[in-house]
Amino acid sequence: MTPAALRVPAIDDDTPELRARLHAIWATTPGWKGWFTTVDHKEIGIRYIVTAFVLLALGGVEALAIRLQLAGPDLRLMTPEQFNIFFSMHGMTMIFLYSSPVLSGFSNYLWPLLLGARDMAFPRLNAFSYWVYLAAALFLYTGFLTGNGPNDGWFNYVPYAERQYNPGLNQDFYALGMVLLGISTAVGAANFVVTAFKMRAPGMSIDRLPILIWGTLTASVANLVVVPAVSLAFFLLWLDRQFGTSFFRPAGGGQPLLWQHLFWLFGHPWVYAIVLPAMGMVSDGLPVFCRRPLVGYSLVALSTVATMILGFGVWVHHMFATGLPGLSLSFFSGASIVITVPSAVAVFAWLATIWTGRPVRSTAFLFFAAMILLFVIGGVSGFMTASVPVDWQLTDTYFVVAHLHYVLIGINVFPVVGATYFWFPKLTGRMMDERLGRWNFWTMFLGFNLGFLPMHLIGLFGMPRRVWTYPAEMGWSALNMITTIGSFAFAIGVLLFFVNVAKSWRAGALAPADPWGGSTLEWALPSPPAPYNFAVIPTIASRHPLWEEALDENTPRSTITRGMMLDTGKETVTTTPLDAIPDRIVEMPCDSWAPLLLAVALGILFVALLLKLWLAIALGALLVLGALILWLWPQRRLLEREPAHG
Amino acid sequence: MSAPPLGYLTSAGERAAAIVPLTWFVLAVSVIVGMVVAVLLLAAIVHPRGRALPTAIVAGDDHGLAWIKWGLVLSALPLIVTLVWTMAALGRVAGPPRSPALVLDVTPRQYWWEVRYDARDPADRFVTANEIHIATGARVLVRLHGGDVIHSFWVPQLSGKTDAIPGQTNLTWLAADVPGRYRGQCAEFCGLEHAKMAFEVVAEPPAAFERWRRAQLQTAPPPSSDAAQRGARVFQSHCASCHAVRGARAAGSTAPDLTHLMSRRLIAAGTLPNTRGSLAGWVRAPQTSKPGALMPDQQLTGQQLGDMLAYLVTLK
Repeated sequence: MTPAALRVPAIDDDTPELRARLHAIWATTPGWKGWFTTVDHKEIGIRYIVTAFVLLALGGVEALAIRLQLAGPDLRLMTPEQFNIFFSMHGMTMIFLYSSPVLSGFSNYLWPLLLGARDMAFPRLNAFSYWVYLAAALFLYTGFLTGNGPNDGWFNYVPYAERQYNPGLNQDFYALGMVLLGISTAVGAANFVVTAFKMRAPGMSIDRLPILIWGTLTASVANLVVVPAVSLAFFLLWLDRQFGTSFFRPAGGGQPLLWQHLFWLFGHPWVYAIVLPAMGMVSDGLPVFCRRPLVGYSLVALSTVATMILGFGVWVHHMFATGLPGLSLSFFSGASIVITVPSAVAVFAWLATIWTGRPVRSTAFLFFAAMILLFVIGGVSGFMTASVPVDWQLTDTYFVVAHLHYVLIGINVFPVVGATYFWFPKLTGRMMDERLGRWNFWTMFLGFNLGFLPMHLIGLFGMPRRVWTYPAEMGWSALNMITTIGSFAFAIGVLLFFVNVAKSWRAGALAPADPWGGSTLEWALPSPPAPYNFAVIPTIASRHPLWEEALDENTPRSTITRGMMLDTGKETVTTTPLDAIPDRIVEMPCDSWAPLLLAVALGILFVALLLKLWLAIALGALLVLGALILWLWPQRRLLEREPAHG
Repeated sequence: MSAPPLGYLTSAGERAAAIVPLTWFVLAVSVIVGMVVAVLLLAAIVHPRGRALPTAIVAGDDHGLAWIKWGLVLSALPLIVTLVWTMAALGRVAGPPRSPALVLDVTPRQYWWEVRYDARDPADRFVTANEIHIATGARVLVRLHGGDVIHSFWVPQLSGKTDAIPGQTNLTWLAADVPGRYRGQCAEFCGLEHAKMAFEVVAEPPAAFERWRRAQLQTAPPPSSDAAQRGARVFQSHCASCHAVRGARAAGSTAPDLTHLMSRRLIAAGTLPNTRGSLAGWVRAPQTSKPGALMPDQQLTGQQLGDMLAYLVTLK
């Protein structure tokens, strides 16, 4: 047998016979077994999205409880202890368990389709990343349900998080849960980076990538750099708490500020990691509804990367009040003001795209267009906090709470909901209800602004963050009531969205392959796509393979219906990082138990660590080792070892 | 509507005043930018009527780049102004004053503020809590010490925030132009009662401040009435391990110094008015009005409580 890598692949047309052969090779095992062992990026992507939406709902309910307690002065619906756990859970859930995973879900689903690939570079790692995310979410919510949720806010400052001030298991759940989640994020990021550089269809050179790819790629590179910082911070905190080390305890020579540096070194790039892919969704989705290509593609792609590079140098703007020297404050203040420039590039590119296009006002378009405004509001309030002396007043007030909700809801939730309307036909084969979609959009948009625009004023009137109640004399009562009402209206809007998803998934109108007249490769595939995505490997000649005829801009055209067949095994092709010249044929792994087993083993290990059961820790470690051996055992089919002689 | 006590769009002292115009400037820039984008967006969406899919694709990539160019040029102007103004304002307000009229050592603790008045002569030093008096026009240096967890010192009308962090001493300063009471508040989440960790800065003309300072240097007079004497004994057995009263044997240091309790307008770190009624409620059941405070509910009989109050009101 000739090793696949050295073979010259046959080139032919996309035929039903070829599709039947590929289906037999690529389809996930049917039934429950396949459910646990699948490595298909589309199934994993949908799981990510559904799980993240469940957590969005949980985090939303927590937020509503908080808003009820703050609806009027001196209310006693919650005790301070409950309030602190609720606001911490809300932040932790939204920032770590919803906003990043939901983008991973969309990227997991969409990347191979956008890139003309048959799967991600490491399908088993992809499954593993999902299972570990699920394990971490269950772990953290077990803490909450047993009364041990995090209680020190999502950025968890020491020394309050240390055992001396926080003796329960709350912080141990949080610390270990975050280390576990970090594993999922890191392996997922590695998978995206390799996929972006190796799995693109021939001809899809680096200047032809959809902006969503740029967004997730940039975010993934950042995650690889900064997630270790936060995993380390939480691990050190756990050592401080359980083994008496003094990394953060001044009594033993430690530094509370070390926590803040490690956390924000991660935390600020993380903010960009959870908005850049969503900005990419808008950059790719909006032009389809404007019936023209995105204005300034290269500038937008470059500004995505530039935002991240600058984003590594602004973390201290979360720490302006910690007594750092004036010179370093000036530097970080300047960097934080300058970082608005690449964001402005994206905003003007989107505006120009709408102005010079012919907007089709679908629900998805409304969400994408609304995002531009919310992005600008969240952006300018962020620009205000970049000015150190002003920030000394703004920081830790509700102004910052308003700002970060415009950023996270405006630049993450709105694009994600828009993306759901946009790509739902591709994911499920059914259209979402546009009429309900209008109700959904307007309730969310008006509810959100009713709730969160006045919140800026609450902040300017001096209400500090994270207070469980406030006296009537402070002048915040009426505004807080308005915010609570707006929050509930917004929640109804989100509920309408979920209703629409459930209803359309069951009984929506059947979707054609390309309902919107899109420009990128996924719309060339049936809705939903076949397990192998592309029956023949396409060859790409432009940024808009499906619009080439309409734009009439280049003579060699992309070919989608004829190409490499690669039908002798579960095979696909890798290409070179910059020009996407075909490189070699690779064998892709089949369904596997290893990712799930490794995730379960890690879950057992982390529970054992939490309870400090030494025997169980040893057992968990052995299980992890066993699962790794199962995973890494060389397989002949994957060309990981030579065939045996004789 | 009266101005919100913790608002900072107005100011009452030179440090805060140096920031107010900059705050208004960036706020105005932000509002204008937001409104311009809203109008552009609305006009772009509403103007050409939407139509049914699919429609022709309209233009190539070269169209519309002018938007980005002019957008950046126009945004650069307010950004540069803000950058320069920020650095200038930072220079004016950052550094602590070289020769402060008054130096305070403030140690915030869960959930109250210990305030020590420094002086060259040890006899002029004293300690108080939750109410800081300063003279108008005086620049006051505040050295912030970390007591337990991180807190943040903030008097919006006089000064922005500076954190108090265990293991380091942070410097900040404030000054008041106009006599008045200015509310301060802990601004870094610090635990169960982060919400009820306020204080007041009382700015008074120099002569009044001097009178207050001299009064604070006095020790508490021995109680004269029978009830007050009995109350002092109850205080000794129930309160003195945490609270101090100078002149009595109480010397605890983990809770506010009560030598001049009755000179303060508020009790429980800005939570309750200092009236006989709220004082009685607070002494007996602090967990009711400030759940999570480190002061436990006291098991006092009605008689003991009455005696205690008779003693406390002598602590002028």
